[in-house]
This record gives sequence, C-alpha cells and structure tokens, in this order.
Amino acid sequence: MTQSDLYTILPNITLVVWACALLLVDLFIPKTRKGWTALLAAFGLALSLGLTLAQAGREMSAFNGMVTLDGFSTFLNVLFLGTSLLGIAIAYGYLKRMGLERGEYYTLMLFSISGMMLMAQAADLIVIFLALELLSIPLYVLAAFARPRADSEEAGLKYFLLGAFATGFVVYGIALVFGATGATALSGIAAAVAAGTFTKYLLLIGAALILVGFSFKVAAVPFHMWTPDVYQGAPTPVTGFMAVGAKAAGFAALLRVFVTAFPSLYVDLVPVLWALAALTMLIGNLVAISQTNIKRMLAYSSIAHAGYILMAFVPYGQPQVVPDAVASALFYLVTYAITSFGAWSMVIALEKSDAKGLEISDYAGLGRRKPALAAAMTIFMLSLTGMPPTLGLVGKFYLFRTVIAGGFIGLAIVGVLTSLISAYYYLRVVVVMYMREGEPQTESEPWLDLTTATAAVATVVLSFLPAALFALASGAVVKLF
Amino acid sequence: MEFLTNPLNLVTLFPLVGVLILLFMPSEKKNLLRWTALAASLVTFGLSIWMLTLFRQAEAADAGALHLTISLPWIQVAGWKINYAMGVDGLSILLVLLTAFLTPISILSTWTAVEERVKDFMLFFLLLEVGMTGVFLAQDLFLFYIFWEFTLVPMYFLIGIWGGPRRIYAAIKFFLYTMAGSILMLLAILWLGIYQDTFSVLELITKTGIPADIQLWLFLAFAAAFAIKVPMWPLHSWLPDAHVEAPTAGSVILAGVLLKMGTYGFLRFNLPMFPQAAIQAAPWMALLAVIGIIYGAAVSYAQKDVKKLVAYSSVSHLGFVMLGLFALNPLGIQGGILQMINHGLSTGALFLLVGMIYEQTHTREIAVYGGLWKITPIFGTIMLIVALSSMGLPGLNGFVGEFVILLGAFGSQAIASPWYAGIAAAGVIMAAIYILNMFQKMFLGPEGSIVAEVKKHGHALRDLNWREIATLVPILVFIFWIGLYPKPFFDLIAPAVEKLMMVLH
Repeated sequence: MTQSDLYTILPNITLVVWACALLLVDLFIPKTRKGWTALLAAFGLALSLGLTLAQAGREMSAFNGMVTLDGFSTFLNVLFLGTSLLGIAIAYGYLKRMGLERGEYYTLMLFSISGMMLMAQAADLIVIFLALELLSIPLYVLAAFARPRADSEEAGLKYFLLGAFATGFVVYGIALVFGATGATALSGIAAAVAAGTFTKYLLLIGAALILVGFSFKVAAVPFHMWTPDVYQGAPTPVTGFMAVGAKAAGFAALLRVFVTAFPSLYVDLVPVLWALAALTMLIGNLVAISQTNIKRMLAYSSIAHAGYILMAFVPYGQPQVVPDAVASALFYLVTYAITSFGAWSMVIALEKSDAKGLEISDYAGLGRRKPALAAAMTIFMLSLTGMPPTLGLVGKFYLFRTVIAGGFIGLAIVGVLTSLISAYYYLRVVVVMYMREGEPQTESEPWLDLTTATAAVATVVLSFLPAALFALASGAVVKLF
Repeated sequence: MEFLTNPLNLVTLFPLVGVLILLFMPSEKKNLLRWTALAASLVTFGLSIWMLTLFRQAEAADAGALHLTISLPWIQVAGWKINYAMGVDGLSILLVLLTAFLTPISILSTWTAVEERVKDFMLFFLLLEVGMTGVFLAQDLFLFYIFWEFTLVPMYFLIGIWGGPRRIYAAIKFFLYTMAGSILMLLAILWLGIYQDTFSVLELITKTGIPADIQLWLFLAFAAAFAIKVPMWPLHSWLPDAHVEAPTAGSVILAGVLLKMGTYGFLRFNLPMFPQAAIQAAPWMALLAVIGIIYGAAVSYAQKDVKKLVAYSSVSHLGFVMLGLFALNPLGIQGGILQMINHGLSTGALFLLVGMIYEQTHTREIAVYGGLWKITPIFGTIMLIVALSSMGLPGLNGFVGEFVILLGAFGSQAIASPWYAGIAAAGVIMAAIYILNMFQKMFLGPEGSIVAEVKKHGHALRDLNWREIATLVPILVFIFWIGLYPKPFFDLIAPAVEKLMMVLH
C-alpha cells in the first residue's frame, strides 16, 4: 500500500476508524446523554466530507486499479455524506421520542456510509461486492432497530433475506463475467472485450445477473416486492436514509459497471432496460395510488423515481449521450435526496409511538393548523410530481432530455404519462392537508424542523439557480478505460 | 440590475412584493389583507400602463417586433442553452393588460364573498397573477413552461379550498387535465431543445427545416396542451366543473385569462414555429372550432344553472377565437386576438354578476328567479348590457370581434370553405337565443320564488352596492369603447399580425 493508495480512500478510512472508535467511546457515554454519540458521529461525517471536498478535481487509481477516485466518485461521496448528516439530524429527536436511543444506531450508519462510498469508488467487481455487503449489513440491522416492534423485525428480516438473495445474483454474475473475460477489474473486462477474447453469451448472462442484483438494491420492478414492507416497518429515519443512500449507491454501481465494462452489450440489453424502466415507472406509480399509509405511499413513490432514473440510464451505450445519462442521473439523485428527505422529515414530525399518525388522513387540517409545515410538504409533493417552482421539475427536465436525445421517445412518453398518474396521489396529500378539517398533532424538534426548512428552501431556490448543480453533475463523468 | 429594472419583469414580478408583505401580516386582519392585495394588484396595473406607453414608443420605431426585451443567460452549462428571455409584442400586449386589469377587479369582488382564510386566498391570487403574466411575456420555452405549469398550482388551491360543494373533484380534474396536455408539450419542447439546439422562441421561428412529418407531431404535442386549456371540443369536460365549483374571482380569472393562455399558445408557438403543419391542420382545427361553437351554444341553452350556462358559453366563444386564428389570414387572427379580450371582459363580467346575485340568494338555478329587473334595476341594466355584449350586439365589443373573425374565416385560403364561417354565424344566433332566454327567465316576467324565499330570512334582495358597481364599471367602459371605436386596439395588434403572416407564407 502506497501513500497514494491511502490518499485515494482517505475519507473512507477516516470514517471507518472514526466509527470503530465511536463504538468504544459510546460505551462510556451514559444512556441519558446519547446526544453526544450523535454529535460525534456527525463530526466524523463532517471530517470525512471535508477530506472528500479536498479531493475534488483529482483523478487517481489505487490498489492496482481496484479503487478509483474521479469526479463521479467525489460527487457521490459528497451526496452520501450529506444525506447521512441529514439522516442523523432527522433521527436524533425521533430515537429519543420513540425510546430507541442506542449508540449503535450512529455507528451502524457510519459503517453503511463507508460501504456506499466504497461503492462509488470501486473499479473492480470484487470491491463492488465488498462494498455491497458493507453497506447492506448495517442497514439490515438498522431496519430492525425498533425491536421488539413486530413490523420492524419483519422489515429487518425481509430486507436481509431478499438482500442476501440479491447479493447472490451479483456474486453469480461476477463469477460468470470472470469466466467470460478472465478479469474482475472493470478495465480488464473492457480490455478483454476490446481484444475480442471473451465469450459473448456468458458475459451477457453475467451482466444480466448483476443487473438483477442491483435492481433489487434500487428497488426496480419486478424486484421491488420488499420495498413497501421494509420502508413501512423500519424506523422512519432509517427509511429516509435507505430511500436515498442505498438507492444512490445502487445506481452508482450500475452506472459505473455498465458504462465502463459493458458498453458492448448495449444492443442486447436495451430492450431489457427499456422494459425495466417502463415497468418500474408504471407499477410504482399505479400502486402508489391505492396506498393510505404515507410510508407505503412514499415507498412506491421511491420505486417510481428509481424508474425515472433508470429511464435516463437506458441510452447508456451511446457515446454522445453517456455523459448526459450519468450527469442527469446524478442530478436527479440530488434532487430526489433533498426532496425525499424533506418528505420523510415531515412523516417523522407527525409520527406517534406505535406507528400511529402515519395514515394520509392524519394530515387533515395541517394547512390551517401548521401553515409552514403544510407549505413545506406541498413543496415536496410538487417537487416529486415535477411541477414548478421546484427542483423536481428541473431534474425531470434533464432526465427526459437525456431519453429523447437517446432516441427513446416512446419511453419518454411512458415517463410523462406516469408523472401524470403520480400527480394524482401526491396531490391527494395536498388535498387532505388543505381541504379537509382535522386536528393534526405535530412534534417540533429543532434539528428536524431545520431539515424540513432547509429542504423546502433548497427545493425552491435551487430550481431557479440550478446552473451550478448542473455544472457539478456534468463535471462528474465516469472515467472510461 | 437589468433584471430588476426591466418593465416586463416589474409587471410580472411586482405581485411578489405583495406576496412578501402578506406573508408577514396577521391573518385575523382581513380588511388589511384585502387592501394590501388590492394595492399590490393596482400597482401592477399601473406598471402595465407604464409598460404600454413604453411599448407604443418602441412600436413607433419598429412596428410589430418584440419590445422591451430582456435576455439573461440562465442555465448555460452541459449543453443547455436556457435564457431568461422576456419580450412583448402586439400578440401579447393586450393579454398582459387584460391580466393586470382583471386581477384587481377580481380581488375587489371577493371583499364580502371570501371570509375564510383571506390571507391564503390573496397569496394564491397574487401568485396566480405572476404565473399568468409570465406566460404571456416569456420568450424562452423553458421559462414559458415554468410559468405555464406554475399557474396550475395557485388555481388548484383557489378552486379546492374556496370552491363549491364538489370543489375537490373539480380542482383535481382541472389539474390533471391541464397537466396531461402540458407534459406532451414538455416532450416537444425538449425535442426542439435537442435537435434545434435552442429554447429561444425567436430563434426557433427563424430556424426552419424540421421535416414535415415531425413538424406535425410537434404541432400536435403543443396543440394538446393548448387545446385542453382553451378548451376545444372534445377536450372541454374539465371546464364546466372547474367554473361552477370555483369561487367567483376564480371563475373570472379562469375564463378571463387562463383560457386565453391556450389560444395565445396557438398564436405564439404553433403558428409561427410549425407553419407548414399549421396550414395542414387548419381545416381540422376550424372543424373542431365550429363544432365547439355549436355544441357550446346548444349545451348552454339546456342549462338550468346560470353559472354552468356562462361556463358552456365560453366553449362556444372560444370556438370563435380558434376559428379566427386558424383562418390564418390577417383579419381572422386580428379578430381572434380582439375576441380573446372581449371574451375576457364579457364573460368575466357575467361571472361577477352571477356571483353577486349568488352571494345574496345562494342559488344559481335559473328557474327560481324571475322579475329581478323591478327589484334590482341597476343589476338588471348592467346584466343586459353585458349579456348583449356577450351575444355580439353591434355597438358593443363582442360584435366587432365576431364580425372580423367571420370575415376572416369566409375569405380564408387555409380553411378553404365558406361553410365553416356560415355555420359559425348560426352560432351567433344561437348565442342570442340562450342568453336572451336566460335574461328573460331571470329578469322579466313574474317574481320568482327566490324573492319570497330571501324575504323569509328577514332581508329583501338588494340592488348592487357601490363596491359592486365600482367592480363592474371599468369593464363596461371597455365594452363600449371596443364596441364603438376599436381602432386603437387593432392598431396595437395589426403590425405584429403582419409579421406573423410573413412567417406563415
């Protein structure tokens, strides 16, 4: 291990070391003062974030090409660290209120983040597998964190079983790809393909299995069955964190692996990806209509949004469109992260113990009683629909532009029509808040309110000034081999 | 700096100042809130008059062009070429003025009608004004789309919170219908942005060479958004629900301005950007327009609810506008633009009048009224003038618009058959029938049951008060002005229409 190897993964190593230390330190923090653990965890994340930002603009390869550092990974690492800071902000008061305040929560979260960061930097299928496990296992535990509540335990188990199943697909896929090309490094696979020394169908099946595995992670239809139950059962801050972080990590792997290693399979994979994206958008949005529980509704909404990002991923093999495909996906992940964190923090503000206060009807009267909160929620719902003046519109604009530039007008039409469907159920929340009478009870916690307010303001303001974010996303291209 | 001093920006964004002030006001002080909103909208109207004088000066130098333009780079990264571009010409100036004119009138009409959540109401109303003005001024497709979609949000709340018994259904239907059209337009906008490499409306007009078949698809995608908004038959079914359930001020703005966004869209985008497709589609659009005219008139006649009658009459009147626009000759288009304004004035006034009587009686059923003229003579007189203007009596504004449209449609090469105009002329007669029928039943004859009904509750029907008269008089002024001396209005429109004709041929 050389110095430059170390430098490449410095933010990640810092985070892991910090998490290990925190695990020990937490033992000495009295039960009533777990706020310190949260604070220390946030400090570790901020430190890692600072180091990541210091790496911005660098391009390096380390550990014999197994790990890489480029604009793509830096962008995603910042996203992961940012979301985890928000994740701690929305969790702190919630855990206290629900009697779940245990220090492991924060350390598990840090470990999961380090997995996500490794995923963004992985340039070898073996490292991707490693990262996948590192990010998933803490999440399985976190999903069941509200034990002995039955639905939380169910969520943990379900997530674990299906997650393990998905990992199996990925590993099998890696094995087949190795069999087909004799390499696990993404550059090695690309080189074998370029030299023609590979078995086409073995490679195709391997790539398809990897696709299936990651489709589980990003919750694409038909591999989405676990999502509503897990999102509903897991403690809400975990759900919020999972909906953004785990999804972004899944897309990070998909984008990097397919764009760098499998562009040759583009023609064969297009129909599959097309159908995957269309089905995900359709089913996610259609089933969301009939949900009465806000967590389930947002779960299906997160499935649908995975579909929109997948839609922009379809033209991944067209050299002129690839930069836009990557940039629009990254841009949309940021959009979705801000908006959905806002929405989840609203869910937390209304949630009572024993999973009460989670029906959409519990939001009745919010417009009159808590106008600021209702306005924020309206902004989030409009953003998820893709209406101005919110960031969601700009994000969708970019995704649709990519699809049309790739020549998939039919898929774009499916996309806009499903957006129309989604307007129906997002608006229903607005209808309930403003047009029905009720006495909603909300919790006010400083960190939670801060998250909601920041997310709402960012959603609106960034929609008017998206140029900087555009520039960052389009600068974050995947380094090709 | 240019952003803040540009007259168009000031007109568009000034209501936001009102919004900011309202946000920090206590929601119990209802009158203060009303006065603030009214003041904000009146200042906006003043700014729009100032804009008009500047526009006329600019027009003297270069007639028919876009004036007072502003174009600032907005999103210029990653292959995006989006500008914050605004401009005004003869096609849009009257509509901007109409918006700035009807907004304070609508706010004035809510003085006693809206008692619940006054603060929210005024906030949404001013936001709506920003959106509508922006739609008429935007010269960049991305910017246009943002304003266009944004108008949905406040209108949705206005119908959904302050509307009638079926308001939620009507609000969602309005939202989904309109969005259904605009998302198809979004795809067409993106296509143009990618393959023509610009979002600027001006550049898109000068860039030719879109293959004819693709031009037709793009035309249809834009038309989907606009035809729903107009609404053209058979896409009109959201309109009666939205109109009937909306609060009076909402109906006025909906009929007065929001529907014009559709016809304006055809005029600003469909005609000059896809001229070949427009010529190809003209007979079909004319056919739909004529069906709309007849259908709207026939259905209006059958209505028992006076607000519904006015709502369906909009379908008929907007049919005339569409017929004029797709005559694709100067007469037809000029008439079409003027008729947009006329419809905004007459139908706006009709909704106001219906709202005023509804506030007293809480019913809109025509059958229960009768003999109102004797009890409320001022109300009756104003209603008669507005009704006559709406059915197109010579000397009032409606006649000028419809007459010019029919002239244009008769001589139109694009439509290529005088039959359309002939049948449309029958629509004028039908309008006379349903409007006079309504007037006769409500205002003449023996006293209706509602008069006694209202007396039972301890107070008689009263005539219009000063505030209500003040709301209506400005509209009456324009009804007579356009009817007797329309030249100044045509002078504003004509040069821009000439420019448009050059693109079309």
